Amino acid sequence: MEVLLFGISKEITGQQTLDVSSDLKINTVLELKKWILEKYPEMGNLDSFAIAVDQEYANDELNISDGQEIALIPPVSGG
Amino acid sequence: MKKIELVSEIDLNGLYSWLQHPEAGGIDLFIGSVRNHAHGKSVIKLVFEGYEPMAIHQMNKLADQAIKQWPLKRLLMIHALGSKNIGDPVVVIGVATAHRNDAFEACKFLIDELKNTVPIWKKEHFTDHTVWVNAHP
Repeated sequence: MEVLLFGISKEITGQQTLDVSSDLKINTVLELKKWILEKYPEMGNLDSFAIAVDQEYANDELNISDGQEIALIPPVSGG
Repeated sequence: MKKIELVSEIDLNGLYSWLQHPEAGGIDLFIGSVRNHAHGKSVIKLVFEGYEPMAIHQMNKLADQAIKQWPLKRLLMIHALGSKNIGDPVVVIGVATAHRNDAFEACKFLIDELKNTVPIWKKEHFTDHTVWVNAHP
């Protein structure tokens, strides 16, 4: 699956999007968050970060799969 | 009637005209603009980035909540993206209602919730460094 990146998360990862291999068997939002933190420990220094699935903020327990629009949402600062 | 947009330039006069309604005795317009300082340092400019489809979706949800809660004749939420200079308007919330209390309350709700939940990010550019606002505790 592909994870869309925005703001500081593009700078931390040095990528425009994250490719998550299906071999990793990531099935939930929580598993995705843990994988991101393992791969990019600097993400742990952020105030927080959320995962959005199909443009809605997702709970950790939510199941995710290919074909959904998945995005990493660092702390927002609009306005 | 609502108007929800992400834009590169904000036209305040056009937005005010859009808000006018014959049954509205009160129009509340909140304009957020670029401040020339943060943390005691001079800001040169702000650059805004958005997750555009989700931002529009979340702004629509907030607008629908406000429409349920207050008797609004008009509602607009407009956010600018891209590079903005000192004094430029970057966000506009506008509501038109029969009476002023509803206008003040709805306007405050919309700007507070936009700042909490809408996926837009701003980067402050100082003379010698840049900072993604709110990123770190």
